[in-house]
Amino acid sequence: MLTAIIAITLLALVLGLVLGFASIRFKVEGDPIVDQIDKILPQTQCGQCSFAGCRPYAEAIAAGEVDINRCPPGGETTIQALADLLDVEPKPLDEECGVEKPKTLAVIDEDRCIGCTLCIQACPVDAILGAAKHMHTVIADECTGCELCVEPCPVDCIDMVETQPNPHTWRWPDPSHVDLQRRTGS
Amino acid sequence: MSAPLSNFPGGLKLRGHKKRSTQQPIRKTPLSKQLVLPLQQHIGAAAVPIVEVGDNVLKGQRIARAEGHVSVCLHAPTSGVVSAIGEHAIPHPSGLSAPCITIETDGEDRWIEREQIADFRQHSAHELRQIIRDAGIVGLGGAGFPSFIKLNPGVHHTVETLLINGAECEPYITCDDMLMRERADGILDGVEIMLFALRASRCILAIEDNKPEAIAAIRYALTGRPHLSQTEIVIVPTRYPTGGEKQLIQVVTGKQVPTNKLPIDIGIVCHNPGTAYAVGRAILHGEPLISRVVTVTGTDVPHAGNFETLFGTPIKDLLDFCETKRQPDEPFIQGGPMMGYSLAGDDLPITKTANCILVGVDDVAPPAQPLPCIRCGDCADVCPASLLPQQLYWYSRAKDFEQTRNYNLFDCIECGCCDYVCPSKIPLVSYFRFSKTEIMNQQREQQKADLARERHESRLARLEREKQEKEERQRQRKAALAASKAAKAKEESTTNAESADSVNEEKA
Repeated sequence: MLTAIIAITLLALVLGLVLGFASIRFKVEGDPIVDQIDKILPQTQCGQCSFAGCRPYAEAIAAGEVDINRCPPGGETTIQALADLLDVEPKPLDEECGVEKPKTLAVIDEDRCIGCTLCIQACPVDAILGAAKHMHTVIADECTGCELCVEPCPVDCIDMVETQPNPHTWRWPDPSHVDLQRRTGS
Repeated sequence: MSAPLSNFPGGLKLRGHKKRSTQQPIRKTPLSKQLVLPLQQHIGAAAVPIVEVGDNVLKGQRIARAEGHVSVCLHAPTSGVVSAIGEHAIPHPSGLSAPCITIETDGEDRWIEREQIADFRQHSAHELRQIIRDAGIVGLGGAGFPSFIKLNPGVHHTVETLLINGAECEPYITCDDMLMRERADGILDGVEIMLFALRASRCILAIEDNKPEAIAAIRYALTGRPHLSQTEIVIVPTRYPTGGEKQLIQVVTGKQVPTNKLPIDIGIVCHNPGTAYAVGRAILHGEPLISRVVTVTGTDVPHAGNFETLFGTPIKDLLDFCETKRQPDEPFIQGGPMMGYSLAGDDLPITKTANCILVGVDDVAPPAQPLPCIRCGDCADVCPASLLPQQLYWYSRAKDFEQTRNYNLFDCIECGCCDYVCPSKIPLVSYFRFSKTEIMNQQREQQKADLARERHESRLARLEREKQEKEERQRQRKAALAASKAAKAKEESTTNAESADSVNEEKA
């Protein structure tokens, strides 16, 4: 009887120590599921999902507070990837948030720009360059196409332009959608 | 032959159709009125123009400089005036435009001063590579990778074998064959320089057995160079795609290049005979790469042959010179019937990677409505990279790109053997090209998203920091205000006290 009690107590002590050590040694910083969701989101930071950026939306999804279909820039691909990750049924995009559009880029009409800096303050990724009463311009490589700069512009000089493929970024068409004449090679 | 030849899996025996374009020696294409030179004719970063519109340029003058490491320079192929720098249609399957330099030729063909090196062994390998880079030399086999990089063994590798790929396995194409027949000496000049730059111990010239004239010419040229004893000709059986770099290495050495590795990782560097010739011209004659031999052939070309053509020459001029039966704006193929892609447009120029222009092809079935895959496995049998095309097709169609990568999609060399044998006429390679570019696009988007996340986070951090600094300033100002108030109050109280004291004293 006594041996059994001692044995179990010792076992409990040892295992307790192991668990205690593991919880310190292998501590996971942050919430990995939020990171994983955040990685899938397109990082436009446009706020169309009604959250202030992609990360807050990811946190809300992880907490189970909102649906996975509120990201128009990510579109169907993002919804599918989120559904796979979270093992839920994919849903069509919530039309309340917007519709999936081709990728765009903000372009400032530099003749009309008055240098008010309002767009600079609105840009979530600091992709607009300029100073007060000086012309502003968009760093094309950094622009996510979130459209947040369009609204604040008092002279309406920002246009969203569809990005055009160049030979570098061009993609071969999906053969299942291509008509026969255009097929190349054989 | 030193070692018995090995073999690669799969492959096809195809009709060569090579006689058509080997009946005449290499001819020079007449000078066109206008040459259009895309700034990017190689893999890597596009060259940057160093001339302006209106500048007079001489033949061989550098007109664009290399940008970054993986890049080469670009030269004026003849003398003339720069008439435009801007977007122009380029020979690319997308049919898109890219920045180009346009030169109006003056017909004088005046050379810039050329710096010739008589004894290249007096120079370091690094200097030679720099000259090769400045001469704008890229792999002329079709991919267009800057050659100077492939001539640098680096510190981590020892190159044992330089392999000159004279297989030219694709039907119809004969530009390497003709070059080896006519300019074997020039090729060997380049081989010597390449061996020196790579510090390689031996060189193998691999030529398919359907080119006896080329083999004889190289063999004869070798007899005049007893010091090239470490160089040998290896005759490989004619089979498609023996000319694939990894396939040829397997045939000649029996070694396989592992997935995601380069030939240099197993001590082999592979170059095209045309590249070797260009290297020889650049070092010994000071001539940059401004022209190449292009095969113009096909069932609709009555005067097929090989033509030494200046870069930038409109393909239409070349086709007109061969009196093709092609109608204006009718599509043609750049490259061979198996791996080439069809182009349309009369103003497309010849570039560094244009080895063949094909108008009209025999015995390749016209595209037909594809039938469902019956999983016969013929495609897997002929795949030279030992892939499973039917699985890759399945996942590409379903857009399950993760799985296509698991099935080693990027080992596919797009040789077209699977297309050729598919009884259902499924355009398999088109699916693989589609998947590859989709995956590359996803990677680009992911990189962009990561950058955006980083920038957003640092912006939030900056805003937070600014807010704190503002609060801190306000706090300090408040504190300063409070302090000054307190000081004032204290002063007042002391003066009050002092006056009270004096009153008291008076009283006393």
